[in-house]
Amino acid sequence: MRFREHRVVGDILELAGRYRDAGADELVFYDITASPEGRSVDRAWVSAVARLLDIPFCVAGGIAGVADAEAVLAAGADKVSVNSPALQRPALIDELARRFGTQCVVVGMDSRLTDGGYRVQLHTGDATRTRDGGRATLDWVREVQERGAGEIVLNCMAADGVRSGYDIAQLRTVRECCSVPLVASGGAGNAAHFAAAFNEAQVDAALAASVFHSGELSIATLKSWLRTQHIEVRP
Amino acid sequence: MSDADVVIIDSGGANLASLRYALERLGARSLVSADPQVIAAAPRLLLPGVGAAADAMDRLRADGLAGTMRGLRQPLLGICLGMQLLYEHSEEGGVPCLGLVAGTVRRIPAAPGRSVPHMGWNTCRSLRSDPLFAGINDTDYFYFVHSYAAAVSACSCAAVDYGAPLCALMRSGNLCGVQFHPERSGHAGARVLRNFLEQ
Repeated sequence: MRFREHRVVGDILELAGRYRDAGADELVFYDITASPEGRSVDRAWVSAVARLLDIPFCVAGGIAGVADAEAVLAAGADKVSVNSPALQRPALIDELARRFGTQCVVVGMDSRLTDGGYRVQLHTGDATRTRDGGRATLDWVREVQERGAGEIVLNCMAADGVRSGYDIAQLRTVRECCSVPLVASGGAGNAAHFAAAFNEAQVDAALAASVFHSGELSIATLKSWLRTQHIEVRP
Repeated sequence: MSDADVVIIDSGGANLASLRYALERLGARSLVSADPQVIAAAPRLLLPGVGAAADAMDRLRADGLAGTMRGLRQPLLGICLGMQLLYEHSEEGGVPCLGLVAGTVRRIPAAPGRSVPHMGWNTCRSLRSDPLFAGINDTDYFYFVHSYAAAVSACSCAAVDYGAPLCALMRSGNLCGVQFHPERSGHAGARVLRNFLEQ
């Protein structure tokens, strides 16, 4: 779920409850403008969501230190996801893993193919501030695992929002050097795209936003179709 | 001392809220405590745990709880790391644990097609019937998040298959434990918690 500050808590709860009932296995809440604006997420909604949900959820956006993460986890989130702040100060991952355990620490990365190969990008929540993150994606994937990341969400930017399918080639390349859970992100437009991510890139999970928000694909339809493809999913 | 239905033993984890909210959804009154007297007097106890075994054991010893827990007779449910702490030893940090149940907790080996941490929804295979799994079927899914696990042993009541059969539900006298997170496992998890509260 991507939202900005003006989205009221009631809307978030309504959406969260709807996805819970529809059979989502996990929800990720992105406050995508948090890092570019140099603020951490407003936490009032986190405990409201934690009260409501009986499935795991992750909070992403603006978590730059142990105190930020502690507040979000204490409010009832299961995991925190760090992206730009980890690129700017990689020791953040070690600190979070040591304090909360690797299973709480998700590293999100926005990656795209450049002339110099796959590169991670900074501050992708604000197009005017997006810039190169100073690292090759594969180097960053290896480094974050050594530092204690318990999960990697790879958002393939060229595919994001286009709904023409996950970037299977990039996901496969990353999978080869990723032994922690790998979550595909960016590009889901139909049920077959999810199956391709599981079957061709061996990802552990697939994340999608707009294809569900738009109502184009329901989680129930997706799951029953995946079952016909012999991909095991929770009912 | 308190009118709580269940006392949650505070082993220092940052995330006790999700468990408290799950109990709230079931209408149960819970109290978080690290006070040996409150814990000894509780009608039933939950030992949660998110983080590392060594930190949690340090915290339990510092609060004088390791000894208290050996003398408990009321039902106690360990969740995830909380279950692992009931065993004798954990490879995580190479620490002795509470030693209330025989066995060692070991790291899950990563392999192609098997990411570690084991993170996600799995079914459990029943090994013998247990009141905690009343109304639960082998087709129910539970949410797991862990890098370490106990192997299936004499006290195991259900297993989760992840490379090898791992202990998903154990019982030894008044002590029981689940490797998954019932507070984040939808209706099936709520049923397990309710079964525990009615035990």
